[in-house]
Amino acid sequence: MLTLECPCCGVKAEETELQAGGEAHLKRYGPGSSDEEFDGYMFSRKNPRGVHFERWRHAYGCGKWFLAARCTATLEVFGTYPAQSKEPPAELQAKIKAKRPGWEGWK
Amino acid sequence: MSKAVSALEGVSHNGFVAVAEAGLRGMITLRGDLASAKMKKAVKAATGTAVPARRRIELNGDKAAAWMSPDELLILVPYADAVATVAALEAALAGEHHLAADVSDARAVFTVKGARAQEALMKLCPVDFNTLAEGEIRRTRAAQVACAFWKSAEDEFTLVSFRSVAGYVMGLLDVSARPGSELFPA
Amino acid sequence: MSTRLQKGGRLIDRTKPLSFSFNGKRMRGFAGDTLASALLGQDQMMVGRSFKYHRPRGVIASGAEEPNGLVGLGQGGRFEPNQRLTTTELFEGAETASQNHWPSLEFDVGAINDRFARFLPGGFYYKTFMFPRFAWKHVFEPVIRQSAGLGRVPQNRDEDRYEYAYAFADLVIVGGGIAGLAAALAAGRQGKRVWLIEQSAHWGGRAVVDAVQIEGTEASDWVKDAVEAIEGMENVTLRTRTMASGLYDHGYLLMYERIADHTPGDGRPRHRLWRMRAGHVITATGAIERPLSFAGNDIPGVMLASAVRDYVVNWAVSPGDRTVIVTNNDDAYRTALALLDAGLVVPAIIDARPEAKGPLPEAARARGLRVVEGHGIAKVKGSKRVTGVSLCVQAGEGAELETISCDAVAMSGGWSPVVHLWSHCGGKLIWDEAQAMFRPDAKRPATGADGAAMVTAIGSANGILNAHEVLADAHSAAGGKGAAPGAVCGEDAPMMPVWIMPQGAGPALRMKMWLDPQNDVKVSDVQLAAREGYESVEHTKRYTTLGMATDQGKISNINGLAVLSDALNRGIPETGTTTFRPPYTPISMGAIAGEARGEIFQPLRKTPMHGWHETHGAHWEPVGQWRRAYCYLRHGEGVHDAVNREIRNTRNAVGLLDASTLGKIIVKGPDAGRFLDMLYTNMMSTLPVGKCRYGLMCSENGFLSDDGVVVRLTEDSWLCHTTTGGAERIHGWMEDWLQCEWWDWKVYTANVTEEYAQVAIAGPNARKLLEKLGGMDVSREAFPAMEWREGTLGGFRARIYRISFSGELSYEVAVPASEGRAFWDALLAAGEEFGVMPYGTEAMHIMRAEKGFIMIGDETDGTVIPQDLNLGWAISKKKPDYLGKRAQERSFMASPDRWKLVGLETLDGGVIPDGAYAVAEGVNANGQRNTQGRVTSTYFSPTLGKGIAMGLVRHGPDRMGEVLDFPVDDGKVVKARIVDPVFYDKEGEKQNV
Repeated sequence: MLTLECPCCGVKAEETELQAGGEAHLKRYGPGSSDEEFDGYMFSRKNPRGVHFERWRHAYGCGKWFLAARCTATLEVFGTYPAQSKEPPAELQAKIKAKRPGWEGWK
Repeated sequence: MSKAVSALEGVSHNGFVAVAEAGLRGMITLRGDLASAKMKKAVKAATGTAVPARRRIELNGDKAAAWMSPDELLILVPYADAVATVAALEAALAGEHHLAADVSDARAVFTVKGARAQEALMKLCPVDFNTLAEGEIRRTRAAQVACAFWKSAEDEFTLVSFRSVAGYVMGLLDVSARPGSELFPA
Repeated sequence: MSTRLQKGGRLIDRTKPLSFSFNGKRMRGFAGDTLASALLGQDQMMVGRSFKYHRPRGVIASGAEEPNGLVGLGQGGRFEPNQRLTTTELFEGAETASQNHWPSLEFDVGAINDRFARFLPGGFYYKTFMFPRFAWKHVFEPVIRQSAGLGRVPQNRDEDRYEYAYAFADLVIVGGGIAGLAAALAAGRQGKRVWLIEQSAHWGGRAVVDAVQIEGTEASDWVKDAVEAIEGMENVTLRTRTMASGLYDHGYLLMYERIADHTPGDGRPRHRLWRMRAGHVITATGAIERPLSFAGNDIPGVMLASAVRDYVVNWAVSPGDRTVIVTNNDDAYRTALALLDAGLVVPAIIDARPEAKGPLPEAARARGLRVVEGHGIAKVKGSKRVTGVSLCVQAGEGAELETISCDAVAMSGGWSPVVHLWSHCGGKLIWDEAQAMFRPDAKRPATGADGAAMVTAIGSANGILNAHEVLADAHSAAGGKGAAPGAVCGEDAPMMPVWIMPQGAGPALRMKMWLDPQNDVKVSDVQLAAREGYESVEHTKRYTTLGMATDQGKISNINGLAVLSDALNRGIPETGTTTFRPPYTPISMGAIAGEARGEIFQPLRKTPMHGWHETHGAHWEPVGQWRRAYCYLRHGEGVHDAVNREIRNTRNAVGLLDASTLGKIIVKGPDAGRFLDMLYTNMMSTLPVGKCRYGLMCSENGFLSDDGVVVRLTEDSWLCHTTTGGAERIHGWMEDWLQCEWWDWKVYTANVTEEYAQVAIAGPNARKLLEKLGGMDVSREAFPAMEWREGTLGGFRARIYRISFSGELSYEVAVPASEGRAFWDALLAAGEEFGVMPYGTEAMHIMRAEKGFIMIGDETDGTVIPQDLNLGWAISKKKPDYLGKRAQERSFMASPDRWKLVGLETLDGGVIPDGAYAVAEGVNANGQRNTQGRVTSTYFSPTLGKGIAMGLVRHGPDRMGEVLDFPVDDGKVVKARIVDPVFYDKEGEKQNV
C-alpha cells in the first residue's frame, strides 16, 4: 500500500486516504476529432513496467487531484506535482533520467 | 423551543477518554483566493483571526478559521451567527470570485477528552500524531468516513464529520475508548 | 513417557498451578506453560490426527512452525479451531479438544485411510474425481465436504472485540532474540523512533536456552538487562505477543498483537492489528530447525532436537525418558547435553556425517555418550508412540543393523532462516551451499518509496548461526557505535545436507518418510509428482498439497524442494522456493475485521427524519450507504398493501417523501454556466434565475450517468440536484474536470447535500397543506411549475422547488437539516385534515413509472445513452461540445438498431418479471435464442389496477401495438404489447393544477 505526499496540502498520505485516477497527461479529444484520436483518448492506456505518470486525488484529505511519477515494478516514487501541469516538471524528469538511464521519456 | 437539533442531541460516552457529541456549531465553507486582501479582511471580520496558513487552524474563542485546501477555508462561528456570517462574507467578498456556503447543518462535531485522547483516534485515523503540529487541522478518514480534527485544548481533540454518519462516528469513538483498550498502558 | 521434571523450567512458575482440560480430561500445568508444554508434562504426547490418513500426531516443535499440535480451544462464543498448542499460553480453565477424528482421538474410523494410503498418492484428488462427470456433484463433493476442513467451525457469535491501530516508526525490529535486542539497543541510542516486537511472551529467543555467554554473563541475564535498558528509552516501544504478519509496499507492516488470548474475558480487546508504517524494517526473526526424512518420522515422540531442548530448559518437561538423537550437524548435541543435565538418558547420537569430531561431539563423548557416525535411522518403531529406532548406514539402502529402544527421537536436519518478511515485498534469496539453506541476499532487498532497501535481515534470520557473529551483525545493521556486545559460544563443525535417510532408501521406506505431517505429504508423493512431469515447485506444491497446511510448510518446504530437485536431477537453487506470502502465521478473522462489526460494520447514513421512520414501521431499503424507507408498514399490513395504500393516498390526497438523500451541489463563478453546459447534455447557462430544469449527465464514453433538477440560484450560481447514490460521485466528477482539465475556469463547487432536509409534498392537497403552514405564496399564479422560491414557511427557513416526480401537484421543500425533524412533524400535524401520509421509495418508483419517467440504475446500466431513452429533447443541438457528445457520434451509438425505451403492457394484466428478455426469431452464433429487447422497470400499478413495465426494444417506438414474447421460468411465456411509456395522465394536467 503506497504512501504519496500530496503537493497541495503537504500531507504524506497513505493509500487509504487517496483515490486513484489512472494515467496522467491525457489530451482530451471532443467533437470534431477522428475516430483514432478519440479511441486513443478514451481507451488506449499505457501499461509500462517501469516509469509511469498517474493521477491521484487526496480524497479523504484536501480533496485535490495531483500527479505522481512512480515505478510500477519497484513502486519507487520519483515525485508528486500539481495536477495543473501540462507535462512533468523538468527537475523531476531529470531525476527520473538519472535513476533510470534507459527511460524513454514521459510522452 | 428551538427547532434545530444536532444529529445525536449531545450523546456522550465515558471510556479511557470521554467522547461526546458537541452540539450545533456554525460552519461555513468559504472558497476563494486565500491570499487576496479582501479575503483577509473578510476572515478577520468573521472570526477575528488571520487567514490560516496551510493545514493550520486559527482559534479565537468560539470562532475559528481552518485551512481545508489551497482554495478553501472552514469558518467556525456560534450556530446562531452562521446565516449572518455568510451574508457578511458575501458582502465583504463582493466583486471577487468566491463561494460561501452555510454547512452548519451538514456536520456533526465531537470532542475526545482525556490524557489518552490521541490513542482513541490512533485506532481510526491513518495519521502520524508525532508529525501533527500544534494548531494543525488534519483532514483524514475515521475508519470508513471522512473527518477532520484538531487539538482544541490540552488533552482534547475536536473532530468533525458529516451529519448523516454521526451515529457511525460516535459508535467508532465509543468502541475505541473502551476501558482496557489503551494502546500504551502504563 | 513424557513428564514434568522435578526441578528447572525457566519460564514456569511452580507456585501458580493452573487447571485445564483436554478432550474433557482434567489436566494441570503451571503459569508460564504453553498448552504444548502442559500436555507433554502430563504425558499427552498424541494430540491429534493428520488430515488425509488420520495418522496419530504428536507435537513436533516448540514454536510457530508446529504443524501437528492444533486444537479447538474454548467454548461457545470463545471457541476457535486450529489453535496452535506451541504458541498458546496456558490459562486457568482452558478447554481444549483434539481435531480430525471420529469418534475419538484414540479410536478413529478415518484411520482406515492409512491402510489405503497406496491408493491415495499425491494428486489423488485430481486423478480420481474426474469421471464420470455427474459423480462430482452427487458423490464426490458431498463425501469430500464431509471429510474436508480441519477443525470445527465456530457456531456462536464471537464474544470478543478486536481493533486496529495505526502507528509510525523510523525502524521496526521484528524478533526479540539477542539479535533484535542488540539492534534495538544500538538504534535506540541514536534517538530513532524504534519499535521492537516479539511474537512470544518472552524475550531472548534461542540464546537463553542454549546457555550462551554474552558480555561475561549468562544470556538470560544479558537479555534482562538489555530489556531494562531499552524500556528506559522513551523513543523505543517494546511489544511482546506481537507477530509481524506481513510486510507490504512502502514499509507497510501488519503486526498482530494478541492482547488477551491468555486472559480471555478480561474486558480487553482480544487482538489488535497494528497497521504500521515503518521507515525501515529489521528482521531478526531467527531460524527454524528442519526435520530429517526417515521412515516413521511422523510417529508421536519424534520431535525437533531444538524443541526437545526447549521443553527441558524452558518448561522442565521431558519428552521421553530415553531420547535418541539423530542429526547431520553439531547443534543437536546441545540437546543431548541438555537431556543429560536434566538427568535423562540418551542411548545414542546417530550422526549421518562420516565423521563428527567437533568440540560438541567431543564433549558428548567425554560425558560417556555413544556417537554413531555415518549412520541414520532406518525405521522408527511404534504407532501411537515411539518405542524404538533401528539403525542403518546413511550411505546404504536401509538394511536394519541394530534396534535401540527409546520413547523419543530428537532430530535435526539443519536450520532454515525465517525469511518470510524479507521475501514478502520482493527481497531475494541465495542458496548457501555450506549451511544448506536459503538466506537473504543483501544485494537484492525489497525496496521502498525512495528506491532504497526497506528491509535488513540480521542474525540467524540472515543465515548467521553463531551467537557472537549474530550480535556483531545486529549491532552493525542498526548503525551501532563502538564495539558490538561479544558472546562466547562453541564453534560448530560443518553440517552435511541430508535430504533422505538413508540415502539409498527404497520405495517402501520412502512411503513412510513424511515431509508435511499435517497434510500427509511424503517423500514418495513429491517423487511421484516429479515423475508425472511436475517441474515447477509451485505446481508441485499444489499437486501434492506440500506446504499448504496451516503451518504453510515452515518445516517441510526446504526438505520437499530438495527431494524435488533430486528427483529432477538439478540443483536446489534452480528449483527455487515457493512464494512466501503473508500472514506469517494465521491471524484471526476478528483482527482482520477490526472494529467493523455490528452497528459499525459499515457507515449507515441517516437523514434527519430517520428516527421518525424507524418508529413508524419503516421497511428499509439500502440506497448506497443511506437507508431509506421502502414503505411504512402499519399494523398487520403486508409490504405490497402498504405500497398500494401510499400510492392511492398520494394520488388522491397528499403524500410526504423524505427526499433529503438527493445530492445537492452548488456551482458558482463567472464560468459556472459554461461549465454546466459542458457537464449536462442540455443548456444550463440559459436557465433564468428563479427557474428549474431537468438535466442529464453523461460519461465521456457517452453513457447516461446521472440526472436531476438544476436550479438557477443567482446570476453566477446554480444548485445541481443529483441522484441519491450520485452526490459524492458527481461532486468528484465536477472537481476532476475543474482541477485537471479546465483549471483556468473560474468555478467553485460545494457539496451541500447534507445541509438540507428535503421533503416532497405531492398530491392534490399539497397546496392546501403548504398554505396552512403559511408564510409563502404557493398559489398557481404566483408560483408556477419548474420555479423555486425562498422564504419562511410555517416558521422554517425554506426553499421550495415546484417540481414533480410523481405526476401530482408537488412541491419539494428544503429546510436546514437540523430543523428537518421539526419540519416533518409540522407537516404531519398540519396535514392531518388533508389526509397526509408519508410514502416510501417504492411508491415513488411506481408513481414515476406510471408517468414514464426514467430512473438511473433501472433504465440505465452503463450501456444506455440518453437517445435510447427518447430523451433527445434534453440534448442540446446548439452546443458544440459537452461531455459524452463525441462518444455519442460514434456509428454504433447513432445506429437506428439500438434498443429504445417503450412501455409494455401484459395481455393478461399481470406483472412481467424484472429483467425478462423479449425473444426474436432465430439463434445467435452460440446457438442461443436471439433477443430484441428487455424489461428495465416493472410494477403492479394500483392506480391503473394492472401490471405496467418499461423496457428497451429494438425499433421500439416504431412498433407500437406489437406483441412481444418474454419467456420466463418453467417454460412459460408472458405476452406483452408495446405501448407509450406514459401510462397515467398523459397530458400532465394533474401536476399543473
